[in-house]
Parts: sequence; C-alpha cells; structure tokens
Amino acid sequence: MREVMTGNYASAYGAKLARAEVIAAYPITPQTSIVEKLADFVTTGELKAQFIPVESEHSAMAACIAAETAGARTYTATSSHGLTLMHEVLIWASGARLPIVMTNVSRAMAPPWSVWVDHMDSIAQRDTGWLQFFCQSNQEVLDTIIMAYKVCESSGIMLPAMVIMDAFIQSHTSEPVDLPDQELVDSFLPPYSPDLKIEVGKPMGFGSLVKPDQYMEFRYKAMLGMKAARDRVLRVEREFKSIFGREHGGLLERYECDDADVVLVAAGSVAATAKDVVDSMRAKGHRVGLARIRSFRPFPHDEIRALAGKVEGMAVLDRSYTFGAAGAMFTEARASAYSVQKRPVMKNYIAGLGGRDITPRILERIFEDIQVVSRRGAEDEVEWVDVAGLQRRWR
Amino acid sequence: MTKSYEEIPLTPISDTPSTINLTGYWRVMRPVVDKSKCKKCTICWKFCPDGVIKLVDGEPVIDLQYCKGCGVCSFECPAKCIIMVKEGDL
Amino acid sequence: MMGKPTIPEPEFTFPGSTGCPGCGANLVMRYLLKGLGERTILSIPACCWAVMPGYWPSNCLKVPLLYTAFEATGAAMSGLRAALDAKGIKDVTIVGFAGDGGTVDIGLQAMSGAAERRTDGIYVMYDNEAYMNTGIQRSGSTPWGAWTTTTPVGSTHGFKHEAKKDIMAIMQAHRIPYAATVSVAHPEDFIKKVVKAREVKGFRFIHAMSPCPPGWRMNPMHIVEVARLAVDTHAFPLYEIENGKVRITRKGKGTPVSEYLKFQGRFSHLTDAEIASIQKTIDENWQMLLAKETSGT
Repeated sequence: MREVMTGNYASAYGAKLARAEVIAAYPITPQTSIVEKLADFVTTGELKAQFIPVESEHSAMAACIAAETAGARTYTATSSHGLTLMHEVLIWASGARLPIVMTNVSRAMAPPWSVWVDHMDSIAQRDTGWLQFFCQSNQEVLDTIIMAYKVCESSGIMLPAMVIMDAFIQSHTSEPVDLPDQELVDSFLPPYSPDLKIEVGKPMGFGSLVKPDQYMEFRYKAMLGMKAARDRVLRVEREFKSIFGREHGGLLERYECDDADVVLVAAGSVAATAKDVVDSMRAKGHRVGLARIRSFRPFPHDEIRALAGKVEGMAVLDRSYTFGAAGAMFTEARASAYSVQKRPVMKNYIAGLGGRDITPRILERIFEDIQVVSRRGAEDEVEWVDVAGLQRRWR
Repeated sequence: MTKSYEEIPLTPISDTPSTINLTGYWRVMRPVVDKSKCKKCTICWKFCPDGVIKLVDGEPVIDLQYCKGCGVCSFECPAKCIIMVKEGDL
Repeated sequence: MMGKPTIPEPEFTFPGSTGCPGCGANLVMRYLLKGLGERTILSIPACCWAVMPGYWPSNCLKVPLLYTAFEATGAAMSGLRAALDAKGIKDVTIVGFAGDGGTVDIGLQAMSGAAERRTDGIYVMYDNEAYMNTGIQRSGSTPWGAWTTTTPVGSTHGFKHEAKKDIMAIMQAHRIPYAATVSVAHPEDFIKKVVKAREVKGFRFIHAMSPCPPGWRMNPMHIVEVARLAVDTHAFPLYEIENGKVRITRKGKGTPVSEYLKFQGRFSHLTDAEIASIQKTIDENWQMLLAKETSGT
C-alpha cells in the first residue's frame, strides 16, 4: 500500500510494522509526531505495545534498556538535546548488548537555539557503540527501521541502532511511502528472542562490576559485534530486496561514481539534492558522482578506500563540525583513504548548520571547487560554506 | 584468572553464588559462642547482616568462612553468650 | 526462653557479599527479600549495592538483578514492568533498590516520573544518609549537624547546615497508595510492611534506615542499637502512609536524641547547644507526625 506521509510517520509505521513491544518516549521538536502517531496506534489497538510516557529522554532510554533486558523489542525516538541527554545510557545500551532501535531526527544543538537540521547531535554519539544509519528518503527511514532490528538482533551483533533523518526536511516533508504488508514484514523479521533475558527463576545479575583483568575482553566482544555488522547490513539488505524489491545502497550508496573524476561524499537529505546536481552537471559533460554515507557506524572504510583509489578529488560535506579538528565524516573518510597508493585530493566542506539550506547552486560550486583543487591541491582543507563575512560567494 | 573473550558472555551477567568470596578472611575479631549460656532465642541469627549464622536445634552456628566479624550478634545477644576475640588469640 | 524465629527463615541472599562488616544495607536487603520472595526482579543503580553482589561473575542474590545508571532506577522499573506486561507475565514484584543519593538527589526525577505514571512496583530507598559508596560525601538525605567529607568540621563552617530532605512527604505528595519507613532494628515491622506493600498495586515506596559503620564513624557491632535508638528518639520514626492515611507503627520511648548521636563519630563535634537544636527539630517533627496521624493525612 502506498501512502503519502512525513518522515516522522514513516518512522512510526516502521516501528509498528516491526512490532515494537515496548515504546518509551519523550516529546521534542521535531520528533513529536512520531510518538503521537505511535500513541495513537497503541490506543486504537492497531499496535499491541506498552507505551511508557516517560519524564525525560534519559528515562526513555533507561526504560528501553530495562524492557529490552527482559526480552521485549523496544523502540524510541528523539532529537538533538534529547539525544545528548541520553548519552550516558546510549553507552549503557551498547555495553549491555541490547538491540534497541531508535529514530533520531537530527537537529542542531543550542546555543544558539535552533530546531532545524544539522548532524551535531548524531555525530556527538559516534563513540557510543550504536550503529548509525543516515537516511535520505522517508521510504528509507521506514525500511531501515525494519532492517535495523534484523541486523541488530542477530546473535553475532547484539548492538543498538540509530536511524537518523534530517529535522523538518525529512521529518515534516511528505513523500510517497510504500507500506509493506505486515505478513511480509513478519516473515522477514521474526519475534525477538534473545539467548538470555532477565526473568524470575533465573537469579542472574545483568551488568555487574568487572575488574581490570577482565574488562577489555567485554569491550573487545562489542568491537567484534560492530565489525560483523558491516557484512550483516549488506546481507540483510539483500534479503530485504529479495522480499520487498527495494534497496538503499548498503553502507555507502554510490551514485554515478563508476567513471567519476571527482565525487562528493555526504549523508542525509542533502544527498537527494546532490543527485540532481550530479545529473545536471553530467548533462554538461562533468564526470562527477555522489557517495552517500548511509552507515556512519560501522563506517564504510572499505568502500571509501575503493572509491578513493579511482577518483582525483573527493569533496566531503559535513553538516556538523568537530571543534579543534574538522568535520567527522571528513576525518574518517580521509583516514580510510590513507592506505590508497594514489590518493585523491580531499577537502572538507562544512555546510548547512542549524538548518541553513544547502542549495543546488552551493553543491554545484562545491563540485566546481573540488574539480579545481583536485588539479591544483587544496589551500585550505576545511572550508566553511556560505558564511556571511567570508570572501568567497556561494550563492 | 582472566578468561578469554571467547569464554565470557556478551555482557557481564553474574550467575555464580557469592559464596566464591571467602569474606571470613576480612575478619579481625571472631565471635565465639558459649553454648552453655545460649537461650536459643535466635536473635543473633535475625540480626546477622551477612546471614552467616545457621540455627541448628535453635543454637547458632556461625560460618567462619564468611563471617566478617562485625560483632552485631555479640552486642545483640541478650544472654551475652557470644564474645568477640581477636583473630589469632584463643 | 527457646523461641521460634520471629521472621521468615528462608534466605534469599548468599553469604559472601562484599558489603562492609556490619553493613546496614545488607540487613535491609536480607529483610526485604524475606518479605518479597523469589518472584521478584530487582533493579539497582550506582550505590553500595551495585558493588556488594561482588565482582562478575559473583552474585549474592537469589533473585534476578538489573544494574542500571545512577539516576535511572524509576525508569528501569517502568521498563521492566512494561516488558512483563507486553509478555503477559504476572505475579512478579518489580523492585527499584537505591541509596539515598540515588533517590533524593540524582534519581528523584526518574522516581517521580515512575510514581506519577503509577508504575506497578516497589521503590526501596536504603538510607545511609550520605554518598557512602564514593566515600561519605553529603547527600540531600544527610541530616543537619553531620560530618561528611564534603561537610568537614573546621573553624569556619563545620558540618552540614541544611536539613534532611523529607522524602516521605515528597512521596506522599505523589498520592501513591503505600509508603512506609522501616528500620533494621525492627525486622518484624519491616517485613510486615514489605508484605503489605507487595500486595498493593501501583507505585509503593519503602524508606529504610541503613546504618553505615564507616560513614557514621561507629563500631559495626552497634548498627542495630543505633537503628533502635533512631526510632526510640524519634530521629527516624516508624510509620506508614496507606492511601494517604498516616499511621505510626511504633511510638518509641522519646529517648533524648543525644543517646542516638553519641554512638556516632559523625556527630562528635556537636556542642550541647547544637544537640539541643537537633532535639528541638526532632520534637517538632514528631509533633507534626502525631498531628498527621490524628488528622488522618
């Protein structure tokens, strides 16, 4: 069934189709309509789930952790300050090896107060041990939630996943979304049944104190889980495609990259605009391409490395900035490219913070810039795009 | 003894009774029961913080493998039949 | 005089807990589980009891236990209950078991949320009146006059100069169906209240006084005596609030508070005038409690 809906509703439908059993959530702009919709589903009986109207995002995640430990499939959604308030318990969820799935509507952090998109909130959680999927379309949000449960609940992974969409640009923008049949989803995603869960009659303590002589082995196992997630994401998506006829690009979606001289690396909704720009520039004879980071954790190191070996210039667009360094996508992509013999020129473009539009014109200029610096070399390896007061004009 | 990462669960799940911790080694003072004075009132058993006193025919038997020597039993005993002696003495 | 035990005999803790000698919190757990039995799931945040079951894989409890973040006990209770409801599992008591700092300070929000949501579970606060696991720092539950490492006694501004938070009044204001104070000096009353709480639906609260020998600077053998004196002096009255109605379960002798304080090094710096001031506050609080009992609220 095809319906026109916002990214937020697509997210709620994703959780419903995945048959989340416990939902604990706290409202924050612009995530609210996700939990409103889920509250409706639960109230009308369309979704058999327990809805916990918690008093904070920290409690939302803490409640999900407890429920998931007791064997329930859990879901929550948040954004920005809510996500960063959860930080402590995000790390708890991955350390406890709980395959919780959460939507984050990526939004800028204050101050300055902003309810609009950028990726600082999500990027600030990159070390929490969560898988992080950046989505480009509402369809992808829905599909990725369903796939994320399947990826994460596998005994070799057992880590939580964050499905990320851009504030307003996706959360509040309607697109046609195909709602898969529940029976098909059920056949793809069986009920959650962990090897161990907390239950009466089994007096076990979950999450106890570990001495220095044993701590690292637990962290090593979590690392193995995240590492195994690379293949698991690809395998699950292949299976998803065989049933639902759709795919979204694995860890790194490559668009017109095969013969490209220069590529833009980016994540989130800007990729949709960038694809149009690639088309229009190719029509004018420019061999440009787009590589969309779909999975930021695990990072597509192999895919970036392979791409870096084939192009002369690689522009990396970050919708956030790591102060004292550069954009996180850039530093990671550059690290991936390091082992390539003939490395491309790489440059980082910081753009679209706090909901600033990244227009087709700006993307064209980024492509033009990387074409130039791929021949000459970059003067500044990090450039802030479209900042009033700086000399270069982007519009 | 550090276990290989392959032998441990995904996350620390504790399933081994704490009787592996022989807390009796902590003890500085040791309770000694004078059974001739014991009135079998069970008060020592009731107030033992570590639950290491067993009642055998109403009389206290203190498990010295685990008793930490806090002395609560000695203080609470109405018949004053439990005395605390320094470990190593007596 | 041979007597039968006055409390249930089955034990739900193993010896070998790594609590200090004479730890009041060990007794609190022992009595609590005697009242609740094995169909219980505990959630414990950062506190002494996060350490006391022992290093992995040691566990001194015969019931399942979920460790959780310091401020998250109330939320963990809601999550556990929701999962059991989702799975249709009944007849399980969900218990949050936290220290005073984890309850009246950092955990207050999550507990308030769980109480407001009417989460079906029992929240137990074992009150040793400071952050003892981290080494005796003041909490919102430390009483006026007490020495702690962050309220040191010196020439300029000695000891804690702020009153203990009245957590029972805070919980009463949440209109929960049952709240009670319990003492390790009165296990029969303690377990009776736990059994009563177990049979009530909704959010229940148990405030357990938990003497701490290292933190209170006292001989471990005196913990029960000190807890007894706390009740007798009205420093820690025993009462319950059932559907809003206050009932004192042990009137105590009204012993002078100095008898209670003198066992504890944390109060040893107090002058007679300061002790008199504590006595005055205790007397006022006791009169207020009596009035609440009389008025029924």
